[in-house]
Parts: sequence; C-alpha cells; structure tokens
Amino acid sequence: MANNQDLPKRASRSSKAAGEDLRVIGSSRQRVDVRGKVTGQTIYADDISLPRMAYCKILRSPHPHAVIRNIDVSRAQAHPGVYLVLTGKDLPIEYGILPVSQDETALCVDRVRHVGDPVAAVIAREELTAFEALDLIDVEYEILPTISDPEEALATPEPRLHDYGEEGNIHKRVSFEFGDVDKGFAEADEILEDLFFYQGSTHLAMEQHASVAIKDREGKLTLWTSTQVPHYLHRSLAKVLELPAGHIRVIATPNGGGFGGKSDPLNHEIIVCKAALLLGRPVKISLTREEVFYCHRGRHPVLMKFKVGVKKDGTIKALDLQTLIDGGGYGSFGVASTFYTGALQTTAYHVERFKFRACRTFTNKPPCGPKRGHGTPQPRFGQEVQMDKIAERLGIDPAELRLRTAVKPNELTANFLQLGTVGLEQCIRRVVDMSGWKDKFRKLPEGRGVGLACSCYLTGAGLSIYWNKMPHSGIQLKLDRSGGVTLQAGTTEIGQGSDDVLAAIVAEILGLQTVDIRVYSGDTDLGPVDLGSYSSRVTLMAGNAAVQAAERAKAMLAEAVAEKLQVPKERLRFADNAVFDTAAPEKRVTFPEAVCLGESRFGTIGTVGSYWPPKMPAAQYKGGGVGTSPTYTYSAAVAEVEVNPATGWIRVVKIWNTHDLGRALNPTIALGQVEGSIYMGLGEALMEEQEFRRLPKKLSHALVHKFPSILEYKSPTSLDMPEIFTEFVEGPDPRGPFGAKEVGQGPLLPIMPAVANAVYDAVGVRIDEVPITPEKILKALAEKRAGREPRYGPTHFPEISWPEALRVPPPWEGGDGRAINETPKERKPRVEKEAVLKP
Amino acid sequence: MTQTRLPAESEKTAHIRIALNGEEVDVSFAPYKTLLEILREDLGHTGTKHGCELGECGACAVILDGEPVLSCLVLALECDGRNVITIEGLASNGELHPIQEAFANLGGSQCGYCTPGMILTAKALLDRTPHPSHDQIREALSGNLCRCTGYLQIFDSVEAAIAQISERKRTGELK
Repeated sequence: MANNQDLPKRASRSSKAAGEDLRVIGSSRQRVDVRGKVTGQTIYADDISLPRMAYCKILRSPHPHAVIRNIDVSRAQAHPGVYLVLTGKDLPIEYGILPVSQDETALCVDRVRHVGDPVAAVIAREELTAFEALDLIDVEYEILPTISDPEEALATPEPRLHDYGEEGNIHKRVSFEFGDVDKGFAEADEILEDLFFYQGSTHLAMEQHASVAIKDREGKLTLWTSTQVPHYLHRSLAKVLELPAGHIRVIATPNGGGFGGKSDPLNHEIIVCKAALLLGRPVKISLTREEVFYCHRGRHPVLMKFKVGVKKDGTIKALDLQTLIDGGGYGSFGVASTFYTGALQTTAYHVERFKFRACRTFTNKPPCGPKRGHGTPQPRFGQEVQMDKIAERLGIDPAELRLRTAVKPNELTANFLQLGTVGLEQCIRRVVDMSGWKDKFRKLPEGRGVGLACSCYLTGAGLSIYWNKMPHSGIQLKLDRSGGVTLQAGTTEIGQGSDDVLAAIVAEILGLQTVDIRVYSGDTDLGPVDLGSYSSRVTLMAGNAAVQAAERAKAMLAEAVAEKLQVPKERLRFADNAVFDTAAPEKRVTFPEAVCLGESRFGTIGTVGSYWPPKMPAAQYKGGGVGTSPTYTYSAAVAEVEVNPATGWIRVVKIWNTHDLGRALNPTIALGQVEGSIYMGLGEALMEEQEFRRLPKKLSHALVHKFPSILEYKSPTSLDMPEIFTEFVEGPDPRGPFGAKEVGQGPLLPIMPAVANAVYDAVGVRIDEVPITPEKILKALAEKRAGREPRYGPTHFPEISWPEALRVPPPWEGGDGRAINETPKERKPRVEKEAVLKP
Repeated sequence: MTQTRLPAESEKTAHIRIALNGEEVDVSFAPYKTLLEILREDLGHTGTKHGCELGECGACAVILDGEPVLSCLVLALECDGRNVITIEGLASNGELHPIQEAFANLGGSQCGYCTPGMILTAKALLDRTPHPSHDQIREALSGNLCRCTGYLQIFDSVEAAIAQISERKRTGELK
C-alpha cells in the first residue's frame, strides 16, 4: 500500500492545519478502488453478462419533430431470434428527474421531439438480431415544424413541444430583483452592457451508458446501470413500472465517467427493466456512442445580457442579468439549470443590487441538463469577462478589482445565500504570485497574453430534488469480531473518488487504513439513501454522515476498551490499527480485540450516520432554495496564451490555478479533480460544441446533430494540454468533514473566461463567446483592422415578456429574505408533488 | 424448429487460435466480429473497453504482436496465430506491472475506463522505447482519450513507471 507520496512539483498546498495528528486524511494515497481499474477487474455495466441474457436495441426517431401516426411492429416481432418489441403504449407513464418536469416517456407515445428520441425497442437473442429487426419496424410519422434555437422558440409559440410550461415553447421563466437596480445604476459612475454567448457541450464520458436488468429469483427487479443517481432512478422506476419501490433494486455500477451525463433517469434504463419483467430473463443494453450523443443532458447553450453599474473604485452598485437558455426537447434538470444561470452571480463579488431574469425554451434537440458546473459556467464566463472590461474601463488591475469586490466569509449575499469560509482573496493573491501576473499583464509582446478569472461553486445543493424532510445522505457501518469494517453507502463512484473519501474518513476516526474498510456503494438494497453523485455534494454530505457513523462506532468501542484497560475513555486514542491509552501507550488492544470487546459489551455493532444540510432560513422567497449550499468553494486561474494573428491559432501555454477546497482529503485525487476540471474547461473554451445543422429544404429541412461521434466532436488530447500549476488553498471549513469542501467542479469555472481575457491581452480582441476558435479571432482581428469594435460575439438579445419580478430587498436594505410582492406560500402543491412520485 | 435460420451472432463459423496473454486459446465466433468483440464476448476478457467502436477513443487498445492496436478496428479473423496482450495479462504472480502500479499510485486512473487502453499503449511505447522523452509520451498517448484526469497524472504515471522498470530490470526482477 503506497502512502504519502509527494504531489508532483507542479502542485502545492498553501498550508496544513497545524497541531493535528491525522494519519489518513490529507495524505496522498492509492484510492481504494484503483486496483480493479488498473487490472481490468472493475465491472462496469457493459461488462456484465448473465445466463440467458437477451439484448436490447432502440429504434430512434430520424426526425427532430413529428407526430407518430402509426407503428407496426409485426415484421420485427416475427423476425427469427426476436423475443419482444416494445413501443410507447407499453410504457406510457411520464417521468423526469424533477417533480415539476415529468415530461418524458421511456418510448415516445405519440410525438418525437428530437432526432434520436426513442420510438421502439427490440429485445432479441443476439444484439445483431435486435439491430437488424429495428429495420423491420414500420413507423408513420407526420412531420412537424422544428425549432432550432431559443429565439425561434420565442417566435414560434405553436406547435408547442409540450403542453406544460409557461406559455408557447417557453419552459421556464424566472424574474427576481434584489434591491432597486435602477437606483443602483443611477449611483454608478460607469455602466457596461455586454452580450455573451456560451455554446452547449456534452459530457463525453468514455463509458457509453449500459444497463442490465433481471427479474430476480424472488420475482423482484434488479437493475445494474451506469447512473450517478441510483436513488432518483429507483423512484422513477417505481413510478413508471408501477411497482413497490421496495421490490426494486438499483445497483449503480462504477461509472466510467459521469460529469452530469448520467444524472437523469434515462429511457433505456426503464426499457430494459420492463423487458426483463415481461421476458423473465436478463436484458442488456449498451448504447453506441451516437446514442450517447442523443441522451445528452449536457451544457445548455445560453445567451446572456449583462448590465453592470460600478463606482470608480470598483464597487458593484447594480447588476442586471438576463439569460436565454436553449433547453432541447425535454425538461430534464432545466428548471434548476435556469435558476443556476444567475443564482451564483452574487457569491464571488459583492453585488449591492441584483436583478436576474432567465428564460428556458424548448427546442427540437436532445435535452440539455447538468454538466460539470451545472448552469453556472455560462454566467461565470460572462461575469468574469465583464470584470476584465470593468477593470480596463476603471484603470484598475483585474486582480486588484477582484480583491476589492471579493465577498467576505460568512456573508449573506443580495439573494440571501449564506456563505461559509471564503478563500477567494487568498486564491487571487496566490495565483497572482505564482503566475508572475504583475510582470506579464499588458506587458507581454503582441501575440502573447495573460488573463485572470475567478469562480465560486456549491458544495452540494442545499435542497433535494424532491421536497422531503429526510436526510440527504446516510451511511451505515458494520463492525464485527474479525476487525473488519463494512461501509454501506448510497453514493455512486463515478471516478471522482467517493469510495476512497468515505473509507478515509472512517479509517481516520477508527485508527485504521483505507484498505481495512470494505465499501459497498451505489446499491439501493445495501446502502442507506444518498441523493447521488451530483452538485459536488458527496464529500461533504456523505462524508459528514460517515463521520457521524464512525464516531458512534468509536464511542461504543471506546467504552468497552476503557473498561477492559481500566483507563478513562477520553484518554483512548484510535490509531495504527489499535486502541491505546495516550498516557501509557503500552496499555493497548488491537483493533480486532477492541471490536470483540465492543461486541461482547453491546452485541452486534452497527452504526448509522445521517446528514441534513443546515436549515436555510435566509432565503424565504419562492425559488430561493436554488443556489443554497452548506458552503462554497473559490478558485482563481491565470491563463497564458499565444495567439497567431495570421491564423488565429490559439495555444494555451500555461495555466496557474488556486482552489479553496477547505482541506484535501486525498491530495492525489484532489489534484486529479482540479486538473481534470481545467482540462474540461479548456475543451469548452477552445473546441467543444454540441452543434446542429438544418438539412437542405428539399431534404426535409430537419434539424440534425452535426457531430454525433468522438472523431468530429473535438475534445482535447494529451497533445493539447498546457502546463498546469496548482495550489490548494486550505482553510478547513467547520461545515465539511475534516474541513473539506468540493473540488470536482469549481476549478473548471474560471478557465473559459481566463482564456478569453488572455486572448484580449494577447491580440486586443474580445471573443465574447465560447468556444474561442481561430475563425472567431480572425473575424475579430478583421473588425479591429477595419476600425470597428474589436470583438466577436452576439449582437442582440431578443425581447422577452418577463413576468413581474419577485422583489426581495437585500439584507443590507432591511430585507428578511421574503419577497415584498409575493403571494403567501401555498403548502398544498408540495404535498401533491411528493404524492405523485410515491408509489 | 420454426426458425428458418439462426441469428447471425449464433453462427460461430469462424475459428482461430491465438496466444492470449501468453496462453494458447481456441475460439469460435461469428466471422464479422472484431478482436474487441471476441475478447469481451467470446473469451470473457472484459478488461478491454468499448468507447466508440470506430477507432476514435483508444479505450480498446491492446497489444498485437508487440504493436498497440485498436481492437475495435481489427477483425478477429486477422488474428489467427498471433499474440494478443490485454490488461488482464500485465500483472504477473499477483504483482502489478510497474505501469499499473504507477497509475494506481499517482492518480493515473480516475473512473478507470480509459485505463486499460492507456496502460497498454504506454507499455507498447516502453517496450519499444524504454526511455521516451516527455513529448514522446504525449505523442504516444494522443490517441487515447481520457475525460477525467487532464492527462497530467497519466504522464506522471508513465514517467514513474519508466524509472521503476529500469530499476527492476537492473535487479533482475523484471525481464
């Protein structure tokens, strides 16, 4: 077991909390699940094969929008080797990840809404047979007009994609005003208005989704699947299949990457369950890469209009943000995403007054959802590029401007988000030092430049997806006389290292090594409920539950050992696989002996831990729950780029970044999360885009995916990676387990704007959208040469009929978190919503 | 029998013998199958992964007669009499290969899905070029996509393995 390797030279830690004697936490070590991964032993969903297993293939719509007039499956059904053909009428119950957007069916019943929407499923003895039989299904479609983007959606209220939502093809519209922004603008010395566009992108996890379902020997359903959210999937299966949830077992297999793409209950998961129940034999599906592009749920394309008013010293008097969001064909997480395009605009810099309006529309494309950073990278890009522009307008260094406006620890923001520890100032100071910012900014030769950006992210969403009063995470521990410790969790290992973090917490408290803990995660039968691996919630929430469970076990053992050794239990220390008297360390028992003493004293030893986020009484207004979190992380990044003015080619040379993560529980994993975030951010900054095109008029004018393949969907390779220098800013947050906050998403956020700001420093043109491509740089350079605004980006924001804003006075204007124009809360709908999902 | 013919995948009319991780094996399979498919479906070696089936991602890389190949692009029928090394063949006597150990120690594997292909591509490089430069490592791995790590810890792992292999060769632990 390798422990305590040093981090590579490119990474450092600002400080280690002094006076602590931690043996596991904070040390770089092999993650608990890694042996299976380097030997090929880890069993992903696609690696599962069961006796008598049948294979499923899905027929998908070739049309972006159509009514299904008729489906004739008789020829497919008669094909040799075909066991079953399913269509929409077999699975008519609607579901969706959010209670307010139950708008999907596992197979389309009478309408398809994007190319790739599932229409029928064939289950056959062999995969190839199922594939062949898809051609034998006859579907009559009536083609409908298609909507390609939000502006078209606003202009095309009919036909509606869905019969719910705000109106026409507007899915969700929100409008808030935290303080009178007009008054703020009147007090400002400078007002800037900027438009930004953030292109959509997809997760591109290396593992293609796969699922295997069986009707088990008790007649119950078991599903193995690559999901980040076994609990939410479990609920959806109960609803759609009309089975008692207690008779369904969902096992989230280790995910070969998630990044948000496996956070929705997905149609193929439901289809194989239905088929397995009907056939009484295992049914498997493995999606092709093309099908994964149709599942999508990736980054929403967002058009943004930022109007900001600042004082000469940089004080942000008012911010007015409008976002227009391309949702694709279904709701998915979209309502939450809509709120997230504005909720965190107050959590990095102190904004005195904030107006935020967002509108998500349906379009005939695969549904967008949560991708790493969920809804916040888009406005973060806008805000950070705008900060760069403000700094230039005011003649203040961009780092200095951010230091002046940075939020303070434990601040309550204009929109009533309660911050925790805030390491932003230190992040900025350190990244400025590390990068040599002061010697480079506006000082490098033409064609070379640096850009700085910061960010803030949640450590777990403060609210569950469905309203309930139960814990967000639970952990169960079993200790037995072998000395073995079994940890059962509902969390999903998606590569982020959650199994390791939980094992480390328990090992630290019980004085063991991580290898001594056996982790069973992601299984709804074995582990207590955990809401899932999303919103960077697992380390803090499941971690705190693990602390509680381990402390409870420790207390039992301590009492039994204290009695045996005749020492006060307060003097006992659990370390090095033993329990000993700190005053006389030779007075000791081994850990297995301690468990035997405990078991003799108390009987079988099992403990549980639960975690609820702190109550958030601050935000009382409707919609105030989105953006709340137990605590927030902060990042700062400097990008150094080279831009060739002749070709527009951009090379990111170096990235320096700092991340305020509270404490690195396993620095090797934390560094991997940071570098992986930066990598993914660079992909979005420079090349990744989920793009669509229309076929020519004579070929149906349909809207099709431009690149449903890895070859054409460009993502960075090993040759595209710059040098990266990382520093962890560690200041333990009392809300996190051993002080830890999130690290998996936040470090992505500053990368895109840092690159955009660096391009401006290099060649003096603003690229106000991502991806920042050579073509856009050349166009902006041409504008510059022609004496026009040296910029490439969106040029107008459409008129949107916004509802009256909920007016919530900020805390410093005497606000109490309630809207002054809100009708009193109705309690009833919430109860109904929950009942809908309860079988 | 009402069926007029067997489904295509059931027609295991192709037969080959390969040396799989040093062990001779016979396998019968439907003739259209790729090396990736027979490894996973007919030989139970699921360590080699599907990522795209089109030669775009590198997840299915194996070593064929000493050369790294994308097994999704190699017809199994082409492999008769040839040597195939997969991730299952790297550890010996219960001990991880130095490349595996380095990936495990240094964060070279997160979700693990690209890891088998990545490790085999690295091994093929080091077998040919025992002391590659940093740029040669980057170049050799450029056909293997990883969405988790940002590649840097993978470079760390390969570089650490180089040192470890030299050391083990010096002491005679590794041939």
